[in-house]
Amino acid sequence: MSDALLSLRGVRKSYPGTGRGAPRKVVLDGIDLDVTEHECVVVVGSSGSGKSTLLRAIDLLEEVDDGQVLLDGVDVADPWVDADAARARMSMVFQQYNLFPHLRVLDNVTLALRLVHGRGRAAAVAAGREMLEKVGLAHKERSYPDELSGGEQQRAAIARALVSGPELLLLDEVTSALDPELVGEVLDLLVALRDEGTTMVVATHEMSFARDVADEVVFLHQGRVHERGTPTQVLDDPQRERTQEFLRRLR
Amino acid sequence: MTDWQPSARARERQAFRRAQHRRALAVATVATVVVVAAVAYVVATAPGWERARTAFFSPERAVEVLPEVAEGLWLNLRVWVVASVVGLVVGLLLAVVRTSRLPALFPLRVLTVLYVDVFRGVPVLLVLLLAGFGLPALRLEWLPVSAAFLGGLAIVLTYTAYLAEIFRAGIESVHPSQVAAARSLGLTRGQTVRRVVLPQAVRNVTAPTASTLVSLQKDSGLISILGAVDAIRAAQIATTGDYNFTPYVVAGVLFLLLSIPLTRLVDAWSARQGWRGRLRGVSGAGVIR
Repeated sequence: MSDALLSLRGVRKSYPGTGRGAPRKVVLDGIDLDVTEHECVVVVGSSGSGKSTLLRAIDLLEEVDDGQVLLDGVDVADPWVDADAARARMSMVFQQYNLFPHLRVLDNVTLALRLVHGRGRAAAVAAGREMLEKVGLAHKERSYPDELSGGEQQRAAIARALVSGPELLLLDEVTSALDPELVGEVLDLLVALRDEGTTMVVATHEMSFARDVADEVVFLHQGRVHERGTPTQVLDDPQRERTQEFLRRLR
Repeated sequence: MTDWQPSARARERQAFRRAQHRRALAVATVATVVVVAAVAYVVATAPGWERARTAFFSPERAVEVLPEVAEGLWLNLRVWVVASVVGLVVGLLLAVVRTSRLPALFPLRVLTVLYVDVFRGVPVLLVLLLAGFGLPALRLEWLPVSAAFLGGLAIVLTYTAYLAEIFRAGIESVHPSQVAAARSLGLTRGQTVRRVVLPQAVRNVTAPTASTLVSLQKDSGLISILGAVDAIRAAQIATTGDYNFTPYVVAGVLFLLLSIPLTRLVDAWSARQGWRGRLRGVSGAGVIR
């Protein structure tokens, strides 16, 4: 086994086709990926290329058809391993924040600490406050999610994801639902996390962000890794036609 | 896309999941057998079982009283159908009036609120007695005074109030952005309510509506206190004299034969329509992974 924190080998996922007798829709068609500790891998590609499904497969929110999801060399896609324990080691941040609307910001952040990670109330609250401080939301801990702006909600969601000290952070287009002026505050936070050495897999449409933070950029096309390399290689000097076309259209 | 054949690993996982599934089935079977056996044992070893069996489960008596009880059930069925139709239609109208913001409807809105408050708050039994004995006292010539009519009226009054509240909850569950979208397309308020809000409101409250209709069906039996002979009353009459209570069991079975298909029908219908509201098409809705 490689010494990567996370390795994907031949991950495949398909959904039933819509309509009678339609062929299954293949979303991931044999994905290989390695993420070592402190590394930041950025996944780019058009809508429907499988970016979200890839992150959901890593977080075991999707049952894969085939292939391995190796976390520290253990295949957590096997149904006989404890998927809850594996998920507790990773954290996902979603495009639509997915904060719990019935809980205050602080309770959103401390919920898993108390239920999953066995912290006492006082310890969880202290850790939650510290994390909210870090994302600049200390003054909002008593607010409900719908009282926050989109950028604040997403920062709260990031605090919720980080507070348990996950080994791997999965970010699924976390700025796509934000107003352009709010994108900056979230990206700044992610850059800071990257500089602290947080291990991340990021699906995004923000190419400048990818260029700034990525150790490796992976271009997905039709469920396969079409091109991969350093940001300079993939984003500035793409070798394959699809990648070139995708980047041209973004400009 | 490549031609994909499951790898040995994928087949192993499938086999494991199938085994898990078989294990779950086995556990369910064993649990069911144990529970049923335990209940049967407790009942069959009860000291009074022999007497209870003849008093409640006499097949000869059941066959004997079936026609009378079924005739009573026919009355329940008519009350239920009429009350359901009236209740659904009027309840929906009341809910629309109550949630409407039209100034001209203000007096109607106040009346609706009053009506719902009163008839949701007063016990059905009381409404029945008041309607059954109060209305004939008015000696209105045009008002039918049969127990079935007055009882049915009381049931309708009560259940329309319930249904109006359910539909109001449904209307309020439709997100305001849906109204904004419809209005921005140029639909009038009325069109917005009819074509956009109500279809979503109704599907959001299918389940509570169905259970209210089932409970309406059972409460239709209450009209017997006014002297109408429904299934329960017919069964009661049949038990006088010989202290054999089998007719009650017969009536219970007949009610179940009506209500169980009804709930299953509503479930199947809403599943076929994909009536899971905004979750339609979201993969894994209702499944916790």
